[in-house]
Amino acid sequence: MSSAKAPSAKTTSVNAAHSVVEPSSRSKRIAATLVIVYAVVTMVPLVWIFLTSIKSPPDSISYPPKILFTPSIEGYCNLFTTRTRQTAEYIASLPEPDGVCDAVTRQRNMVIAGSSNFLPRFANSLIIAFGSTFLAVGLGTLAAYGFSRFKVPLADDLLFFILSTRMMPPIAVAIPIYLMYRQLGLSDTALGMMLLYTAVNVSLAVWLLKGFIDEIPREYEEAAMIDGYSRLQAFRKVVLPQATTGIAATAIFCLIFAWNEYAFASLLTSGSAQTAPPFIPTIIGEGGQDWPAVAAGTTIFLVPILVFTILLRKQLLRGITFGAVRK
Amino acid sequence: MTTSPNSYADKAAEVAARATPERLVVRVRALSDRAIAWLFIAPTIVLLLAINIFPLFWAIYLSFTNFRANRPNAEVKHVGLDNYTRVLNDPDIWVSMQTTAHFVFWTILLQTLIGFALAYLIDRKFRGHAFWTTLILIPMMLSPAVVGNFWRFLYEPQIGLFAYAVSFLTGIPTSEIQMLGSVNLAPWAIIIVDTWMWTPYVMLICLAGLRSIPDYIYEAAEVDRASNWRQFWSITVPMALPFIMLAVLFRGIENFKMFDMVNLLTGGGPGSTTEVASITLKRDAFEAWATGRSSAFAIVLFVAVFGLANIYVKALNRVKQR
Repeated sequence: MSSAKAPSAKTTSVNAAHSVVEPSSRSKRIAATLVIVYAVVTMVPLVWIFLTSIKSPPDSISYPPKILFTPSIEGYCNLFTTRTRQTAEYIASLPEPDGVCDAVTRQRNMVIAGSSNFLPRFANSLIIAFGSTFLAVGLGTLAAYGFSRFKVPLADDLLFFILSTRMMPPIAVAIPIYLMYRQLGLSDTALGMMLLYTAVNVSLAVWLLKGFIDEIPREYEEAAMIDGYSRLQAFRKVVLPQATTGIAATAIFCLIFAWNEYAFASLLTSGSAQTAPPFIPTIIGEGGQDWPAVAAGTTIFLVPILVFTILLRKQLLRGITFGAVRK
Repeated sequence: MTTSPNSYADKAAEVAARATPERLVVRVRALSDRAIAWLFIAPTIVLLLAINIFPLFWAIYLSFTNFRANRPNAEVKHVGLDNYTRVLNDPDIWVSMQTTAHFVFWTILLQTLIGFALAYLIDRKFRGHAFWTTLILIPMMLSPAVVGNFWRFLYEPQIGLFAYAVSFLTGIPTSEIQMLGSVNLAPWAIIIVDTWMWTPYVMLICLAGLRSIPDYIYEAAEVDRASNWRQFWSITVPMALPFIMLAVLFRGIENFKMFDMVNLLTGGGPGSTTEVASITLKRDAFEAWATGRSSAFAIVLFVAVFGLANIYVKALNRVKQR
C-alpha cells in the first residue's frame, strides 16, 4: 500500500532541487513545445476576431484573408452607431465632420443617425452577471459549508437534487419561467435574469465549493472553537480565508456562465433587459452581417472577463489545485 | 482570540455556555450546529425550489395538456398521455436524439483526451507554464453564442480563415470546404468549435487532479523502480480519475442540452443534420408553439439525463471511495 511507504520518503531531501519526481529537462522541453503549439493554434480564432474588428468592411471579406491591412476604426464606429445612406450631394452640403466616426461614416456615403443599442445591452450584461455571481457564490459558500461540515439528513440526495436542477435544457424551463415571470412582473427585467442565473449557477457553486471546503481540515475550526470561537466565527475567520482561492475560482466560473448565457437571454428578454450575447449576432450592416462591427462587439465583450481572470490568475491556478491545504 | 459575538445565535450560545454545566453546553452547541446547517442550506434550496422545481412541475402539468403559449386564453384540455405517445413515436425526435448522442460522444472523447494530455504536459512544470496555461484557458471564457456566431465567419467557404487554412494545408479548393453548408461536414463544424472551446475546461479540472497527487507516491514508486509507463497507469490515471470523471459529467450534461452554439452556427441545418435535442425543442416550443407536446419532450429528455447522470454519479462515488 502506498500509504505504508509514505514515511520512508523523507521530505527534507526530496523537496530540494534534484527531487526524484522532478521531470527531466528533455521531457520538459517536449511538453513546452507541444503546449505552446496548442496555445498558439487555439489563439488564432481570437486573434482573428481582434484583427477583424480593426479591419474595414471590404478588407474583412477579401479573398485570400488579409493579414496585412491598414487598421480602421470603422468596426467600432458601426458597433456604437446606427447609420443611414445619403446622397453624395447631401453629404457634401454638411458641415465639417464631428469626430473620427463621423468622417469614416461619410466616406461610405452615410451619416450617423444615432447610437446603437450596444451600450445598454453591455450594461445589462455587467449588472446581471456580477449580481448573479455575487448571489450564487454567497449562497453556494453557505450551503457548501453546511454540507461539508454537518450531518445533513439525506445530504447525498440533496446534493444530487441541486446538481439535477442543472440538467434541464434551458429551453425546457423557459416557457414556465416566462409564464411565471409574467405573473410576477419579472419578465424582461434585470432582477428576473439575475435570479434565474443565480439559480442555475448555485448548483455549480455548491458542488465546486463543497470540494474546496472538504479539503480544509476540520481540525482548524475545531482548534479555533476550542479557543473560544463560536461556529459562525470559526466559519468566518478560519474557513472563509482558507477557502478564498476556491471561492475565487468558483466565482470566475459563475461569472463566465452568467456573462455568456444566451439561451435564456434570447428567449426571455427582448428589450430593456436584453444582454449582449443575443444582441451581438443581430448586428447587421448593409447586405448581411457587419463582421468588423460584430468582431468589435465580441472584442469589447471579452475584455471584462479577460481582466477579471488575469487579476485572479494565480488564485485560479492555485485554487483549482486545492492549494488551501498545502500548508 | 476575539470575544465579540457577531450574531444573536452566538450571543445566545455564549450566554448559555456561561450559565450551564458542561453537559448542557455540549447540547446547546450541537443544536446550534444543526440550526446553522439548515440556515446555511435553506436559502439555496428555497431559490432552487422557486426557480427550478416549480417551473419543472409546471412543465409536467403542461405536458398533459394541449396548452399553447401563444394562445393563453384558449381553453386548456387535458389530453392524458397523448403528448408522450406522440413524442416517443415521432421518428424525427429519435433522429434528433441520435444527432445529440453523436455530438456528445465525440466532443467528450476529444475534450477528455486532449484536455488530459494538455494537463499532463503542463504538469511537467516547464518554464513559463503558468503563462501558456492562462492563454489556453481563454476560449472557454468566451460566450458560446458570441463565439459560435463568429465561427460562422471563420467557416465561410470563400472569405473564411478556416477554409483558407485547410485549403492551404491540404490543397482542397476552398469552394469544397462548406463546413456549415454540407450535410457531412456540419456536425463536425460544431464538434470542432465545441472542442476548441471546452477542452481547457477539462484540462483545468484534470490539472487540479494531477496536482492533487502527492509527490511522495511517485517517490515511493521511484524507490520501487516502477517505470514511467507503469507510474502513469498505476498512479497518475487512477488518482486523477475522479477529477476526469467530474469533468466528463459536467461536459456531458452541458453538451446534452447544447443550444446556443448550434443555434447560431447552423440553426439545426442544413436540413436537420445538426438538429440536436434543444433545437428540436425550440422549434416545437417557440416556432410551432406546441407547448404541451414540447413540455412532454422536455420531460422525456430530463428523465433521460437524470437517469444517466444518476448512474454516473454512483460510479463516480465508487471511484472516489476506492
